[in-house]
Amino acid sequence: MSTALASATLFRFATAGSVDDGKSTLVGRLLHDSKAILADTLDAVARTSADRGFGGEKGGLDLALLTDGLRAEREQGITIDVAYRYFATDRRSFILADCPGHVQYTKNTVTGASTADAVVVLIDARKGVLEQTRRHLSVLHLLRVPHVVVAVNKVDLVDFSESVFRDIEADIRRVSKELGIGTAPDHADVLVIPVSALDGDNVVDRSPRMPWYQGPPLLEVLETLPAADELEDEHEAFRFPVQLAVRPQGALAPDAVARGLDVEAYRDYRAYAGQVAEGTVTVGDSVVVLSPGHEPRTTTVTGIDFAGTSLQTAFAPQSVALRLADEIDIARGDTIAAAGTVGESSADLYGSVAWLSSKPLREGARVFVKHGTQTVKAIVRTVSGKLDLDSFEVQPTTGLELNDIGEVQIRLAAELPLEPYAKHRRTGAFLVIDPADGNTLAAGMVKEHPGDSEDERYWI
Amino acid sequence: MSTQTFSEELEVENVTQTGDQLVEGLSADSPEAAHRASEERASVSKPRGEAAESPSANDNRLGTLDALEAEAIHIIREVVAEFERPALLFSGGKDSVVMLHLATKAFWPGKVPFPVLHVDTGHNFPEVIDFRDRTVERLGLKLVVGSVQEFIDRGELQERADGTRNPLQTVPLLDAIQKNKFDAVFGGGRRDEDKARAKERILSLRDEFGQWDPRNQRPELWNLYNGRHTVGQHVRAFPISNWTELDIWRYIERENIELPGLYYAHEREVFRRDGMWRAVGEVSLPNPGEEVITKLVRYRTVGDMSCTGAVESDAADVAAVVVEVAASTLTERGATRADDRISEAAMEDRKKDGYF
Repeated sequence: MSTALASATLFRFATAGSVDDGKSTLVGRLLHDSKAILADTLDAVARTSADRGFGGEKGGLDLALLTDGLRAEREQGITIDVAYRYFATDRRSFILADCPGHVQYTKNTVTGASTADAVVVLIDARKGVLEQTRRHLSVLHLLRVPHVVVAVNKVDLVDFSESVFRDIEADIRRVSKELGIGTAPDHADVLVIPVSALDGDNVVDRSPRMPWYQGPPLLEVLETLPAADELEDEHEAFRFPVQLAVRPQGALAPDAVARGLDVEAYRDYRAYAGQVAEGTVTVGDSVVVLSPGHEPRTTTVTGIDFAGTSLQTAFAPQSVALRLADEIDIARGDTIAAAGTVGESSADLYGSVAWLSSKPLREGARVFVKHGTQTVKAIVRTVSGKLDLDSFEVQPTTGLELNDIGEVQIRLAAELPLEPYAKHRRTGAFLVIDPADGNTLAAGMVKEHPGDSEDERYWI
Repeated sequence: MSTQTFSEELEVENVTQTGDQLVEGLSADSPEAAHRASEERASVSKPRGEAAESPSANDNRLGTLDALEAEAIHIIREVVAEFERPALLFSGGKDSVVMLHLATKAFWPGKVPFPVLHVDTGHNFPEVIDFRDRTVERLGLKLVVGSVQEFIDRGELQERADGTRNPLQTVPLLDAIQKNKFDAVFGGGRRDEDKARAKERILSLRDEFGQWDPRNQRPELWNLYNGRHTVGQHVRAFPISNWTELDIWRYIERENIELPGLYYAHEREVFRRDGMWRAVGEVSLPNPGEEVITKLVRYRTVGDMSCTGAVESDAADVAAVVVEVAASTLTERGATRADDRISEAAMEDRKKDGYF
């Protein structure tokens, strides 16, 4: 295990791939070669590898065993669910969401990509860009993942051929361009790296077997790419979904009181707790409070508290509590935002949804929409299109099935400060929830409001 | 509601009174620690004027511990806001101590707004029980205890042949959850602990039998946690899912968090079993042929005395432990937990049954 510095930053990435492209092996290799795997875990892998005759007479470690955690996964030799892995270098602590490729790839990829700073997509060098690769890239584009790293794996099986790699690289560039990845305004970029996960070429260290590849190995790329917050902080205005009001009303923490907290001064304490979703706030800033059913109310931030410490400034993704100059009725689900930066709230939500449930979506469906800290009743008025992941064209439809990506118009029971996901990865996201059993039906991304509703047919 | 009143009469609990006696030693949230934490933050975030004049990508970056802390506090607040009766599993072990510390920060200057729940195996280290009681008193919390011993005494649970009581905690835990109508239970589980836990959601649904269905979990998207559940179901919430053992120790060091003394090197009478050093105690006696010796040891995990092993260590304070953990070549569970050695899927099987 690396003795990473306490000041290292956090970087979240996900892996996505197709069947048998060696993704679990690559993840195992990253963990193994960065020394995140401890001796007892490795012993267990070695025992099981030997029991199963992995690698034939040559022997070796089946690194996929490091990540396939569930009994059924090991028995079937497949990865079923997203698994989270942790390792650190001197520069960064990594959270890796390992997303299986074959069953429910959309569900798993969307899940892993939603919080990722980067996604590593695996391609088998012998197979090149497959239909599923195009689908993965399409999903990653929709989710606005800041960096896409394509690892062209198993280059050892094509004799480390530069021409094979260059052909695949050109295909990826072409597909990315078709999709619009790497074009403004999103800052996604696509990097392509030739690797052999089985032998470790270009994973942690640069491979001597591919002198034609001049770029950095995969781990170095992951260590140096800017994280989403670094990219977004600069141009985003302050957004703060209120989680709850902190109003002790005499029920002060006894340990704080015992250490001298001024009981009188805190008798009427009131602050609004939440996590800064975007941007920065500073004491003295003018803010608006957005609450469903109210006109936006303007006030001033008088204090930023964090567990007994007063901060001058807070920024995403800090969890803090804000004190405001005016006594306003503020509840969970309201949003505090930088004054002069918000558009009108709306009860008409236009969005893309990745449908993640086996229960199909039909027009007229009654659902809950969770946006920020607000959950409201909603009706899906229209399902206006379904994305064909192969042609990237939107086909007309009136319903969506599991793993479909489509476009919908949803009528909300309250007006919410909706912002387009393309520009606001945190405040443009929403969940569609089944009121019957509470399950998450879809991952939603707010689209630009198309102006006046062109279609009132489905008004309910 | 009348049913609720009825259930409260049935609660198995020890309500500790808030005394005026101060806990000695290092306090979990001392002003010094808060000040130090704020200084560390100040070093990454620039004062207003500077930041506004020269925006640069690296001005506003949280370090790993601050990012993990912000995430955990967000999760704790979400659960408190969305559930009616949350509770926090508190064993006195380091992960639950860190989780409780995060809860005090999340609701400062208010009290932690939920009770803590401890499943007492009857085989706990006495100093850990003592630490538990002092912590509960210091923070003015309500403590609910589920007792494995009572279930054994009533014949509802059977002692295992190997004497290990950790797997027996599931029934008293589910019983306490049901009787108290807890709809969300915070657990200190971390995904780096075990391969099954690596697949766990941050908010994880349990059916009316308390079971986990790993093949049918809700997708967890962005930081939008969906805690909706139907009657009879409850949710386990894991705010420190993304912390590693080393993160926990670095945080304990940074925040000056008090832990039970057995996490630090001390002399203890031990004997060797299953490749681990076991403490000699009333419920943990050596078999004939197992030699008792005195060794300098510490515990990396604190569970039931009958299945938790000590490691040889001279790490007498938190700084030394951080160095030791960073250099360790064994996982904490591999090194110290007999119950996880039962089979490769030991944790998965227990979790499916409702274990935490």
